[in-house]
Amino acid sequence: MTMSAERPDVVTAGAGSSERVPWTQRRGWLSQHVGTALVLGLVGYLFGHWLGNAITGSYANNLNSGQNSTADFFGLLFMVVGWLLGIGALNYPLAKLAGRRPSKEQDVEGWSKYFRYSTNHKTVGLQYVVGVLLFMFTGGLLAMAIRTELLSPTTHFFSASTYIKIVSEHGTIMMMMATSIIVGPLGNYLVPLMIGSRRMAFPRIEAFSFWIFVAGYMVIFSALPFGGFPTGWTGYAPLQTQAGPGMISYLFGFAVIGLGMMAAGFNIAITIINYRAPGMTWSRVPIFVWSILATAALLTLATPTLFAAGLFGLLDKTAQTAFYVTEHGGSSYLWENLFWFFGHPEVYIMALPGFGIVGEILPVFTRKPLFAYKVGAAGMIGVSLLSFFVWQHHLFQSGINPDMRPLFMLTTELISIPTGFIYLVGMGTLYKAKIRFEIPMLFAMALYFNFLIGGVTGVFLSDVPVNVTVHGGFFVLSHFHYTIMGGLLFAFMAGLYYWLPKMTGRMMNKKIGLLHFWTMFIFFNLTFFPMFIIGLLGQPRRVFTYAKNLQGLNDFSSVSAFLLGVSFLIFFFNLVWSLYINPKKAPANPWESLGLEWQTASPVPAHNFDRIPVILSDPYHYSEENAPAVADLGDDDQLVRAGTSPDDAGVA
Amino acid sequence: MSIRGRFATVAVLFLVAVGLIVWSLMAFLTPGTPGGVMDFTTSQAPGQPVNLTVQTVGAIGFGKHPTWVSYLVKDPHTNQWVQDTTWKLPANTVVNMTVLQYDTGGPLRNQEWGQVQGTINGTASLNGTSYSVYPSYTGNGVGHTFAVPAIGLNVPLIGVSANAQVCGAGPCHTSSPHNTITFSFKTPSPGSYSWQCFVPCGLGYLYGNGGPMATQNYMGGFLEVVR
Amino acid sequence: MNEPHHLRRLTTIWIVLSVAADLLFWFLVGPHVPPGRMTDMATSNQFDFNVLFVIALPVLIGVWLYLAYAIVVWSAKRGGPEPVGGEAARNNRTAQVAWITITSVVVILLAAFGTVELIVNHGSGGGEGPNPVWSPAGATQAETAALAGTGTWSPNRNQVLPVQVIAQQWKFTYRYPTFGGFESSQLVLPNNTTIAFNVTSLDVIHSFWAYQLSVKADANPQINDVAFTKTQQTGPFTVRCSELCGIWHGSMYNYGSVVSQQKFMQWAQSTEAANAANTKYLPPFAWTYVPDANGASGGYYPDGTATPYSTAEIYGAKQPAS
Repeated sequence: MTMSAERPDVVTAGAGSSERVPWTQRRGWLSQHVGTALVLGLVGYLFGHWLGNAITGSYANNLNSGQNSTADFFGLLFMVVGWLLGIGALNYPLAKLAGRRPSKEQDVEGWSKYFRYSTNHKTVGLQYVVGVLLFMFTGGLLAMAIRTELLSPTTHFFSASTYIKIVSEHGTIMMMMATSIIVGPLGNYLVPLMIGSRRMAFPRIEAFSFWIFVAGYMVIFSALPFGGFPTGWTGYAPLQTQAGPGMISYLFGFAVIGLGMMAAGFNIAITIINYRAPGMTWSRVPIFVWSILATAALLTLATPTLFAAGLFGLLDKTAQTAFYVTEHGGSSYLWENLFWFFGHPEVYIMALPGFGIVGEILPVFTRKPLFAYKVGAAGMIGVSLLSFFVWQHHLFQSGINPDMRPLFMLTTELISIPTGFIYLVGMGTLYKAKIRFEIPMLFAMALYFNFLIGGVTGVFLSDVPVNVTVHGGFFVLSHFHYTIMGGLLFAFMAGLYYWLPKMTGRMMNKKIGLLHFWTMFIFFNLTFFPMFIIGLLGQPRRVFTYAKNLQGLNDFSSVSAFLLGVSFLIFFFNLVWSLYINPKKAPANPWESLGLEWQTASPVPAHNFDRIPVILSDPYHYSEENAPAVADLGDDDQLVRAGTSPDDAGVA
Repeated sequence: MSIRGRFATVAVLFLVAVGLIVWSLMAFLTPGTPGGVMDFTTSQAPGQPVNLTVQTVGAIGFGKHPTWVSYLVKDPHTNQWVQDTTWKLPANTVVNMTVLQYDTGGPLRNQEWGQVQGTINGTASLNGTSYSVYPSYTGNGVGHTFAVPAIGLNVPLIGVSANAQVCGAGPCHTSSPHNTITFSFKTPSPGSYSWQCFVPCGLGYLYGNGGPMATQNYMGGFLEVVR
Repeated sequence: MNEPHHLRRLTTIWIVLSVAADLLFWFLVGPHVPPGRMTDMATSNQFDFNVLFVIALPVLIGVWLYLAYAIVVWSAKRGGPEPVGGEAARNNRTAQVAWITITSVVVILLAAFGTVELIVNHGSGGGEGPNPVWSPAGATQAETAALAGTGTWSPNRNQVLPVQVIAQQWKFTYRYPTFGGFESSQLVLPNNTTIAFNVTSLDVIHSFWAYQLSVKADANPQINDVAFTKTQQTGPFTVRCSELCGIWHGSMYNYGSVVSQQKFMQWAQSTEAANAANTKYLPPFAWTYVPDANGASGGYYPDGTATPYSTAEIYGAKQPAS
């Protein structure tokens, strides 16, 4: 790998660098890293908690209840500030405020860069991989606890209050994870590589979005020691106003995660719009980048609503305002409206990146161009646009705007038209193909299988008369697990198996991968399909007890869920086995993809491309005679042609 | 490091992680509340009525939330007052319940709960006087109720005078002012039946139904009815 | 090797499978689909369910069949002709236009069908808010009279029966305004009668779900959410709360029953008499109530008293008017 002289890729303390390295960037313990962040976070928490008690300790409601939400809120608030200060996220703005020249953030050498405030999008991408897996593991364990309680309608493994706490924590953690599971790891890592850019538009904001995501994890996890919250992930008020301090973790947690979502969203959108390499016209942008652009638009535009709604809730719980309390001038409908105004675009934040990944993977493993590329891209933009006009379908039975129900029924059902485009793209690409069933392809095909069930049941839910029976029951629960887990999570797995060789330089083990795929696919369906029937037979969501005749179905679902949990253990085992215990070096382009991200050197140089590539065509010219080259990466012999192996093309 | 060495490293780290998770589950998901079950199936001969004695205190005085209102149950074997709201009872058996009410009362939010329902005879006794409806705007009002919705049981527990020297921390002794409410009901077929108080007595929480009202082992629990 | 006509083959299998699946579903499963036929709403919602299933099954079968066909026929392991790239493999105007047209037509027809069913069936048993735009005949008069305290109901007169559902943490109670406004934990309904459920809450959001009646309406504090249904079979039914309302959400259920009009009349009159001692302490019948914040009932807000902002009836035991 060669680097131009004015862009040193590695700064080693005091050696060979003309610029003096600030202490914050040094190697070793005496610098800024996750350790200092933890220490300052703790200090911040203690200070905030003291401050909150000092201000509101004498309020009657705090004295009577023996719990002080304000102290817990201030504790968490200052904890997050301390965390950001400790990790170095505030160095730049503070230096600017003080009128000093801010120091450059550069990756230090070695593994410790993953524990620091890194502005390299590849480091951030890998940090995100670990971050979302941490979320997923926590949420998954809680799911196991839920299924344990539902093994029996009469024997209770948890107390009623603990069960609600587990359900709420599971839902919230999973939803928070799902907002970032693809945009965070794969979006950050791959978007610059795919559009031929050396970096994201705002690398500091990118790093900020990751580290505040981790802070969000700590905040939402703090709900457990604070006593949990009883509202589920939807946090309906005024139950939210009634709840104990655990609710603070939910409200503030979503605000913190929301900050990260907004930051990541507009950073990615601006990168895609402005940092495309010469020749990367809109009709040559990879379909994955289109999906991330549509998602980024939703992240940027929908999240502020949640942020504001969360702040209102925090005010209700601390300063005793009454945004959501009807008797004091607020409205119990207000939260429902604000939450779902964010919440429904959020659902598509969790679907679109998955569509992008399968669109990227199908051509590679069918050796065919992507069918109806423009329709696919239009579908994604259409979904993101329409998603702002459907939120009241969550409130069909709430008595709010009852005469508007036909309109929201129409908009909701219209959204299946652009979603259908994704199926047109997939089925057209499969037509007369030559399919190689590698692990990523299996996961991509599974998405088409699962998401279809999720999508079709969505039409049932959008039909107001049928909604009377299925709203708020296990039917809807199963529906969104089919779309989010069956869609997004399967796409994430497809993406990981597909791109980890590029990101880490190591191949994932295929045999373990096959075992993982088949256990996950089979037990996912065996877990969630019975829940449709359970729902139709009248079991509401979030209950610790149910009709005795439903025990058989519930037990079947529970046992399948435990085995689904085992399949995730297999995945984690594959991860450590292939990346750490018994690593096998990956070829530069193991899947023979034409994508630009595979054409640069392996491992990817710090600045991605020695020279900014010139894009000559879209990356889907598979099986085409005399196909145009995809990109000019610098030398004439580096033209990447369809049908020729990139290794032969002499990529550095 | 060899493959075996790395494998061992990962295995150790995995076990540590599992340990941490189990520990945090125990620490955070079963918080501050004794999760036990008070067994009333062996405290008397089979088929004989079960004697169940509880007290309600305005502030429990100990544990993680000393200011919270709570029920306490008398252990039939040791006669100790225990903070435990899951009671194991034999099925289809008469339960003679005695409630020592140490808390003050007030008007009910919903006078529906002022009726005695589901007891044998449809009545309860307040310090020896039988009653079937208690107008909660009168006298000291209703402090709590003992209700098992699934079997239609509801008994208003009359409050003590707020001017008296009210017991401040549990377990309360009968030397403090209190009302003794007794009633009998028959346990249903085996199953798990939740019981709760319908007086929103969680002070400091909106609508009074947070805190102790929303945490098991304070103002609600289960009757585990077994064969 | 002759390339088979894949699309013709697929279409044939698809039509056969779809027709078979639809017929089997309609005749074997259809009559058992929830929510049953206990009310007119349940019957029509069961019909809607079946229509959606009949449309959904061919869609599912079509895509799954195509995926299965691709896996079997177009797998790299089985050889076959090399795929062809180029413009023809990227776009096919006919396929694209056909796909978009068909999905759009199906979707718009479904929305139209749902809208017609919603309006014809007076809200399909869903909560219609305080001022229902699609109410059955006689409902508005019965509701107005109920609020004024002049409402009556007696058997064989084809009258709408207003019933109030009061949700509170964690139980539903029911008030019968045409029978002196008594309150009960039991929900008993007359057969062959249009019921107007008036659902409200004393605290957080609940949802009144009478499963077999096909009625679901959220209970919001200070909102009267009205839902209609007409009973047509006697028997028991289940009521569950279907909006998470706190710790005992799971046990917030009870069983109601639909009985003959005469039996209902007997029950209502005897309960009215039996509860008279208690009814006089209840606040006057109103569509919504403000929870009494006096006494041991919260005090989250510093004023600690019932709010002056609302003119609704304050729910809390009252000194009876002498």
